[in-house]
Amino acid sequence: MLIQLCTPQGVGTKKVNSKRPVNLDIATIKLPLPAYTSLLHRISGIALFVGVAFLLYGLDMSLSSEQSFAELKAVLTGGFAKFVVWVLLSGLIYHFVAGVKHLLMDVGIGEGKESGKTGAIVTIAISAVLIVFAGVWIW
Amino acid sequence: MVKNITNLSRSGLYDWMLQRVSAIILAAYTVFIGGFLLTTPDLGYEQWSGLFEQTWVRIFTLLTLLSIAAHSWIGMWTITTDYLNSRALGGKSVLIRFPVQLICFVAVFSYVVWGIQILWGQ
Repeated sequence: MLIQLCTPQGVGTKKVNSKRPVNLDIATIKLPLPAYTSLLHRISGIALFVGVAFLLYGLDMSLSSEQSFAELKAVLTGGFAKFVVWVLLSGLIYHFVAGVKHLLMDVGIGEGKESGKTGAIVTIAISAVLIVFAGVWIW
Repeated sequence: MVKNITNLSRSGLYDWMLQRVSAIILAAYTVFIGGFLLTTPDLGYEQWSGLFEQTWVRIFTLLTLLSIAAHSWIGMWTITTDYLNSRALGGKSVLIRFPVQLICFVAVFSYVVWGIQILWGQ
C-alpha cells in the first residue's frame, strides 16, 4: 500500500502539466521499513504466481495415480527439491502474514507512522519464526 | 479521460474488494491444506486422493483457483502499472507493459483450466 501511495502515476493529470516534477520517486528517497515489507510482499507475490505452476504440477502428479504419487514423494525427498519447496513455502508464509497485516490495516489497525513500523517488525518476526518452523518440518 | 483499461473490474473499488475477498479464501485454503498435511504424517495415496474425491474439497479447491486468478491478476496488474509505466520506461512503456500483462493473463487462464482438468479429469 505504501509503495502505491509513493508512486504517483499521474493518470489523467499527466496531460495537464507533463513537466510537473515527481517528488516521490521511490528510487531516490530513503524508504522506511514498512516500504521494504511492502516491497517484499510484492516480490513474494510474483514468486508465488510462478510457483502456482509447480504446485499444480505436483497436485496433478499426486492425484493421477498411486504410482505418480509415489514418484512425487520420491522426488520431494531430494535435497534440492526440499530447498525449492522451502523457498516456495517461505514466500507463501511471508505473503500470508503480510497479507493479514494488510487486512488489519484495512480495518484501521496499525495505520499510523509508529504503529506501521511496529506492524512491519511484527510481520518480519512472525514470518521468520514460521519460515524456520517450515524448514524444520521439511528436513 | 480513461487511460487504464486493463484492470479486472473497470472499478478500482471493486478490484480493491475482490483482492481482499480472494485473500481471505486463499488464507482459509492455506490453513486447510497446511493443517491437513501437518496433522497427517506418512500421508498415503488413498488418504490424499480420498480427500480430493470429496465434492466440497473440489469446490473449495476450484474456489481457491478462481481466487488465485483474480488475486494474482489484480496483483500483477498493480505491479506492472506501478513499475512498467511511462515514468520508468518512457512514452512507449505500453509496448513492454501490455505483453507482460498478456503473459500474466495466459498464465492465469491456464492455471484455472489446468486445475479443473486435475480436479475432474482424472
